[in-house]
Amino acid sequence: MDSGLRPQDERHVAEAVAWAASGNNSLTILGRGTKRSVGRPVDSEYSLDLSALDGITLYEPEELVLGAHAGTAMKTITEALEKNRQQLAFEPADLSALLGARPRGAGSIGGILAANLSGPRRIRAGAARDFFLGVRAVSGRGELFKSGGRVVKNVTGYDMCKGLAGSWGTLAVLTHVTIKVMPAPETSVSLIVGGLDDEAAVALMCEVIRTVHEVSAAAHVQQPLTGRSKVAQVSALEAAATVFRLEGVGPSVRHGTKKLEARLRKAGALETLASRASLKLWREIRDVHFLARPGDRLVWKLSVPPACGAAVVGEISSALADTQALFDWAGGLIWLSVPRDPSAHAGVIRKAVAATGGHATLFRAPANMRSALEVFPPLAPGADLLARRLKSGFDPNNILNFGRMYAGM
Amino acid sequence: MSTLTMPPADRGVLERRVQIARDLQAIVPGEGVITDEVRLKVYESDGLTAYRQVPMLAVLPSTTAEVSAVLKYCHENGIKVVPRGAGTSLSGGALPLEDGVLLGLAKFNRILDIDLDNRCAVVEPGVTNLAITEAVEGDGFYYAPDPSSQIACTIGGNVAENSGGVHCLKYGLTTNNILGLEMVLITGEVIRIGGRHLDADGYDLLGLMTGSEGLLGVITEVTVRILQKPEIARALLIGFETSEQAGRCVADIIGRGIIAAGMEMMDKLAIHAADDFAQADYPRDVEALLIVELDGSLPEVEHLVEQVTKIATKNEARTLRVSRSEKERLLFWAGRKAAFPAIGRISPDYYCMDGTIPRHRLPEVLAQIRKLSKKYGLRVANVFHAGDGNLHPLILYDANTKDELERAEAFGADILKLCVAVGGVLTGEHGVGVEKRDLMSTMFNDHDLKHQQRVKCAFDPKGLLNPGKVFPVLHRCAELGRMHVHKGSLAFPDIPRF
Ligand SMILES: Cc1cc2nc3c(=O)[nH]c(=O)nc-3n(C[C@H](O)[C@H](O)[C@H](O)COP(=O)(O)OP(=O)(O)OC[C@H]3O[C@@H](n4cnc5c(N)ncnc54)[C@H](O)[C@@H]3O)c2cc1C
Repeated sequence: MDSGLRPQDERHVAEAVAWAASGNNSLTILGRGTKRSVGRPVDSEYSLDLSALDGITLYEPEELVLGAHAGTAMKTITEALEKNRQQLAFEPADLSALLGARPRGAGSIGGILAANLSGPRRIRAGAARDFFLGVRAVSGRGELFKSGGRVVKNVTGYDMCKGLAGSWGTLAVLTHVTIKVMPAPETSVSLIVGGLDDEAAVALMCEVIRTVHEVSAAAHVQQPLTGRSKVAQVSALEAAATVFRLEGVGPSVRHGTKKLEARLRKAGALETLASRASLKLWREIRDVHFLARPGDRLVWKLSVPPACGAAVVGEISSALADTQALFDWAGGLIWLSVPRDPSAHAGVIRKAVAATGGHATLFRAPANMRSALEVFPPLAPGADLLARRLKSGFDPNNILNFGRMYAGM
Repeated sequence: MSTLTMPPADRGVLERRVQIARDLQAIVPGEGVITDEVRLKVYESDGLTAYRQVPMLAVLPSTTAEVSAVLKYCHENGIKVVPRGAGTSLSGGALPLEDGVLLGLAKFNRILDIDLDNRCAVVEPGVTNLAITEAVEGDGFYYAPDPSSQIACTIGGNVAENSGGVHCLKYGLTTNNILGLEMVLITGEVIRIGGRHLDADGYDLLGLMTGSEGLLGVITEVTVRILQKPEIARALLIGFETSEQAGRCVADIIGRGIIAAGMEMMDKLAIHAADDFAQADYPRDVEALLIVELDGSLPEVEHLVEQVTKIATKNEARTLRVSRSEKERLLFWAGRKAAFPAIGRISPDYYCMDGTIPRHRLPEVLAQIRKLSKKYGLRVANVFHAGDGNLHPLILYDANTKDELERAEAFGADILKLCVAVGGVLTGEHGVGVEKRDLMSTMFNDHDLKHQQRVKCAFDPKGLLNPGKVFPVLHRCAELGRMHVHKGSLAFPDIPRF
């Protein structure tokens, strides 16, 4: 790549994309570039940096709605929300440490939505795509279009916000987004059971999230990994940690805690984390802090039916020495760290996951490996056909993040 | 009947009707193909009865393989297909075509699996919304989206319309509550998306299919999320002298960080009609009535009831009652849930609108609606999903009185344009269908609509699935595929480079 464009507004974006399309100059689309190393490397002449599309344009706390230019830093958004005791309920991760990227909080809201990244509260509140209400975007045709709006209830036309969420900048360049925001919980407490193996932990998490309403997150950190926590009660465990978070108004959290304590005591030694430590631990889980180092190991992201989580990891580790797993979403999201290998162990991992109907993404790997391997889960023939047709409808000249998700599109 | 331009009928197809019926019978044997006029009449309209059209013929498959073979046959022979669930659509989404096959999914009525560990259920598309909850409630679960038509409407129709209900504010619409689909493209190709895991891979086809109004593919299986039932739910019935006060109360509740399970508002005409119909014991001398439902654990609900009571009092509530039993809570809801039929009793016909507005614009929108009501000489009752700004004005008219239907439709169109003008949208949950098709351009420009149609082209390039719905003009896919870019240099040389 030799040159970059930094449009100042959406009119510029449309102009730049139209220009690129006319000369078949491919573009790498950058929100703020923190997730640039995810996906297949894009071989482009130019980059399109959206960081100047900056700023919140609409925030009405009582209407639970916020609009911002796509390049707005997450930090700007979270700070505005915190002032009004609100939050992004899908708990977007800051993966800068995992990906060795720029300082914390640097990622953009457009990037989070384009990647559809959701954190621990996903099991209770929904995914990033569920909060994406309205969008303005420029397709690979250099045309600006909009979809959705600023209201939650809206079925006017296809839900293009969903279509663009998780498309990693391959269909259109997001220029402005409108999202649903939610009140932040009044209180938050975490309970930890130490020493469970994966199987017992996943079974317990699945049982708890369907019986204790106040639990907003459930995760399991394997044994040697707990030592990496900066939360003393976790690192001192010297055992695996199965963690539950309760959130809500005071009386509700107290009620849930009592109920949960009674159940967890039967399972093993119990620790309670008050709000500050709880916050810290869930950040570590959300941001996959536990697998950030050493940076040369490969990291996979697995999405499976929660109850299958332990079995999938069991199958992989029996075929593959030295794997480390962090289970979130009650077992449904597994971050898996494996030693480096030219195959990235894709065969073993994808086979184990396929049996459950889930899928696996090679989330962190060196560029040469990401261009040689299928980074995103290979698509079944029918879905592949639709994906290719969508791509050619929106970006007929293949200029937006060409090849980032799938080879040749 | 109201006039509506639908795609011109294909004479060639109509002439081959007998042969087509015979060919389809070979695919779906027995009672699977309906050709006689009388039995076809059942399908002539959906919940939007102002429009009627008997289909060329109806096919009722019961397996995915049959759906696939029927669609493949229609695709190869250039025959239009209109999918149909229970036919409760309020926007004419399931309105048949003169030269089209009506594809009824009612026989897909089995619940295939209930997976409590993964909190989901796998069902066929013809299963009714309520039947899902009934199948899992013994285990303490339910399926959250609850359209008022839930006894009748199918989950396939819910997915196609992205239906909502009174609990959307807290629990989301259909799109937030499904995990996977099996669907059949018009070419007959069967595609599975998502599953029992939480995030589907690839492009979000699940999100595109939900709310696609039968234009992209035929849904043959749905995996839904099921939720544990809250320990307890209580409802507050709060009366106000003005809709402004009621609106302010809703804003204050949300501003205080309380996400109620449901927040519904009715105006005086709706209150009286609903109360007469359901004997719900509503206060009758108030201008606006709010139902606020709070759910969770007992201590949580008690705490929230106290908070909401305080907020209501601050906003000068005239009356306030908290349900003391499950029976009373359901009675509070009985009036609201029967609001549509209740209006049906005080007027020969009514026309149900479905715009969404930013909540704080409610008082001015209601004032405007009152003005329009005078202008058109038609009464209107307002039912409102107050928590999320989804407005259901019900326009009362009599189809047997000269030009009343036309006036009702013009009134309705004005209301929807008003919704868009204040920053809202044409439809919150009932869909565009044929009803709002020609209003799409009040919300979207040519680029917006063309990009939506490019999605359509990816799924159904020949435009055979449910044509005439959603889009005012359906461009040919070949035309949409062309790039109109002129070679040249950057017209904005001021875009900074680095
Ligand atoms: C009294 C009443 C109250 C209502 N209340 C609500 C409410 O509270 N909230 C709400 O959102 N809606 C409400 N509705 C509207 C309606 O019930 C919903 O839109 C419902 O989802 C339609 O389901 P259905 O099975 O009847 O679908 P149909 O009416 O048969 O079809 C609706 C659309 O879906 C398509 N379709 C149906 N099945 C499939 C399939 N398997 N694959 C592909 N496409 C398919 C059809 O082509 C059509 O475009 C109400 C309707 C009535 C009559």
